[in-house]
Amino acid sequence: MGYSAWQILKNGLTGNKGWKPVWRDPDPKPEYDIVIIGGGGHGLSTAYYLAKEHGLKNIAVVEKGYIGGGNVGRNTTIVRANYFLPGNSEFYSHSLKLWEGLEQDFNYNAMMSQRGILNLFHSDGQRDAFARRGNAMINQGDDAELLDPAGVRKLVPYLNFDNPRFPIYGGLLHKRGGSARHDAVAWGYARGADQRGVDLLQNCEVTGIDIENGKVTGVQTTRGAIKAKKVGIVVAGRSGQVAAMAGMRLPIESHILQAFVSEGLKPCIDNVISFGMGHFYISQSDKGGLVFGGDLDFYASYAQRGNLPMQEHVMEAAMTLMPMIGKAKVLRSWGGIMDMTPDGSPIIDKTDTEGLYIDCGWCYGGFKAVPASGFAFAHLIAQDRPHETAAGFRLDRFRTGRGLMDEEGTGAQHNLH
Amino acid sequence: MRLPCPICGDRDLREFTYKGAAVALDRPNPDAGETAWDDYLHLRDNPAGETRDLWYHGAGCTAWLVVERNTLTHEVIGAKLASEAKT
Repeated sequence: MGYSAWQILKNGLTGNKGWKPVWRDPDPKPEYDIVIIGGGGHGLSTAYYLAKEHGLKNIAVVEKGYIGGGNVGRNTTIVRANYFLPGNSEFYSHSLKLWEGLEQDFNYNAMMSQRGILNLFHSDGQRDAFARRGNAMINQGDDAELLDPAGVRKLVPYLNFDNPRFPIYGGLLHKRGGSARHDAVAWGYARGADQRGVDLLQNCEVTGIDIENGKVTGVQTTRGAIKAKKVGIVVAGRSGQVAAMAGMRLPIESHILQAFVSEGLKPCIDNVISFGMGHFYISQSDKGGLVFGGDLDFYASYAQRGNLPMQEHVMEAAMTLMPMIGKAKVLRSWGGIMDMTPDGSPIIDKTDTEGLYIDCGWCYGGFKAVPASGFAFAHLIAQDRPHETAAGFRLDRFRTGRGLMDEEGTGAQHNLH
Repeated sequence: MRLPCPICGDRDLREFTYKGAAVALDRPNPDAGETAWDDYLHLRDNPAGETRDLWYHGAGCTAWLVVERNTLTHEVIGAKLASEAKT
């Protein structure tokens, strides 16, 4: 079905009764070649690229809730490629390139908006660090521009430039970064996968993973047993529980990250702004709400809601950076479950069980990785070797100590990221 | 969330610093081998439900606590001094 202006007008006048579901709701088949556990952004993009890039047909995505109901529908929608370390840098660079072609690729309006991301700095030392990061981004083939205070002032005149504690010394501008409509990304991938024959099985919770002689043979679900030659686990937020079904323990602690949306306002914030010293970042959605957030609450939690001290901290950081925000009312807030790894970087790898693969540990940066994570995970599952952009995301890097990717430079240890 | 410090009583979350799973108390021997150290440093049960974790009461009595709580509901079940919880 097309989404033309004519269709919108026609359906608007006829009570919106003419819209049809854009993907099927099939019953599980007894057997698939590949079962992907988890129908979030990464699971859907994995299924999409398995079908599209590798020509595979007999695939199911099993989702315990509904498509778009997890973290892919509850995040702050920022897309960027401003990573520093080899391993991360080429991966996120690839992801941003996929984002840039995504709407044409799956023929769906994901409202991809390259409005630019501005990372502010507040000291000479921080300027040096950002200059170095910018050079790394340029070396990777992406874009970065170091702005002086006048350059920042021209772009975002409403910030508090002369705060005594955090005066703004400048910013690193990443023009190709921006935001996308998170729900539409899930829907676009879901529709694209469905059109290529992938069965999206909703309300279908995996309760067990069948393993015989060290080889995966299928999954047990609330909608019956499903046999499979290969199984991919991509269930950010519940990785530990699903991996335990296969007898694995993961280097992951689940933490809570809160985010906030204000009432709808007229356009006032054109870019994405991050204020690292206050652990604060903000953008404005196309609907007008200011979307902003801070750091983790910093204790293990699956509650999907946070505590008040971090909310207070985020509001204080907002007021420090842009006092004008004080007049806006917070409409709602939420907490998401983050798969935190010891070094703050993700995992896309095989497991010790033949035919069982895992994609997890996205910390608080999973949304921007949706296209490249699915692309690389599909490659790993289809070809049994890692995609070149994701070869560093090894599960065993913590045990061996080789190839750790500690982007923040704080140490590869739980509770430091 | 308020934590019941055995020395100071119920106190605000902001007085505490979180360390992580209480597995940190069970430090293996230096020569225990790679698997034991990987288990201790990195791998986690990460339960959705009752858990035991370490908190430091930095803005209070400066004691290390083992707190029993529920990660699904944020219910706090109890807390002991780490020096007494260690077996």
